[in-house]
Amino acid sequence: MADALTVDIVGPDRVLWSGAAKSVSVPTVEGEIGLLAGHVPVLSVLRPGSVKVVASADGGHTLDITGGFVSFDHNVVTIVADVAEPAEK
Amino acid sequence: MGGQQRVYRGKIRSTQSLKKIFRAMELIAASRIGKARDRVKAASPYSQAITRAISAVATHSTVSHPLTIERTDTNRVAVLTVSSDRGMAGAYSANVIREAERLRERLTEDGKEIVQFVAGRRALSYYNFRHREIAGEWTGGSDAPDVRVAKEIATALFNAFEAKADMGGVGEIHIVYTHFRSMVAQEPRVIRLLPLEIVEGVAESDAEVEPLYEFEPSSDEVLDSLLPRYIESRIYSCLLQASASELAARQRAMNTATTNAEDIIRQYTRLANSARQSEITQEISEIVSGADALAAS
Repeated sequence: MADALTVDIVGPDRVLWSGAAKSVSVPTVEGEIGLLAGHVPVLSVLRPGSVKVVASADGGHTLDITGGFVSFDHNVVTIVADVAEPAEK
Repeated sequence: MGGQQRVYRGKIRSTQSLKKIFRAMELIAASRIGKARDRVKAASPYSQAITRAISAVATHSTVSHPLTIERTDTNRVAVLTVSSDRGMAGAYSANVIREAERLRERLTEDGKEIVQFVAGRRALSYYNFRHREIAGEWTGGSDAPDVRVAKEIATALFNAFEAKADMGGVGEIHIVYTHFRSMVAQEPRVIRLLPLEIVEGVAESDAEVEPLYEFEPSSDEVLDSLLPRYIESRIYSCLLQASASELAARQRAMNTATTNAEDIIRQYTRLANSARQSEITQEISEIVSGADALAAS
């Protein structure tokens, strides 16, 4: 399956990561949720944790965030992170 | 060399070194302004994402959040004045302070009591000189604002808004800053930060219908966490706009100063030349008349 999701991870002062992905998993206040193409539109508050992006191009990325929120609609994922650090390469 | 000439030469030399300083300041401002504008651009996806999310929540729930309701229990109003740390920017700080004073007058006429917050050393010294009480101040780094400073300001203003009326709570929050329209046009602006008017941004998405979101945990709680972030990003964008404006104003002011210095140097060079010329003329006529007197005797 091609990368069906468009992912934008934005911090207060810059875009942290942006690109196509197969799936994204985010730590919401109610627990980890995984987002695949065709998910129901969702708007959720995030707790500190790590965001995992799975992309077919280069495997994937992990970003540690300290909070924020995620919005998902029309296969576009927007993660608004308060502060994010790339966890490991 | 006569005394007159020496005075002119000295003035020319000092103006020349001033001109060098002006030129350097202009170049520094010019190189930083690109960075400042990039920062404005880099921060806009964040504020766009938040605005979109807020309008999504607002369309799906009847918004009645403490932050959107007018407070009636207090007549205190917070005003944040955003100015620069340094001068050398023409009328930049003077303009924004004048705008703040106008707002102050208007609010005082409405029977409001003003709680002053200040960002930037210029405005701070202006208020200190007038012995105004200052509730919060942030100085340093006005030409390259930091997210953390924006966060601090947001928290301070937020606490003031959340506080009870008898604890010094405020009913409204205004920001006076300079909007960066273009390299040649910056205008001081007043925006009311709180209570929020969420109407903006909701109407724009008529092209596609807002999808029916699932809110987690609930729409109210999502809004609870969104609004503080929204305010923070508004403050941050104000600071960024102000810094870009400051640098543009400084570049222009320094450019004018360099031109003026050149004018002065030209003027003094002419005066020095004519002083030298008249000195020579005088010396010649003295020698000639001296020789004449000797020949006559």
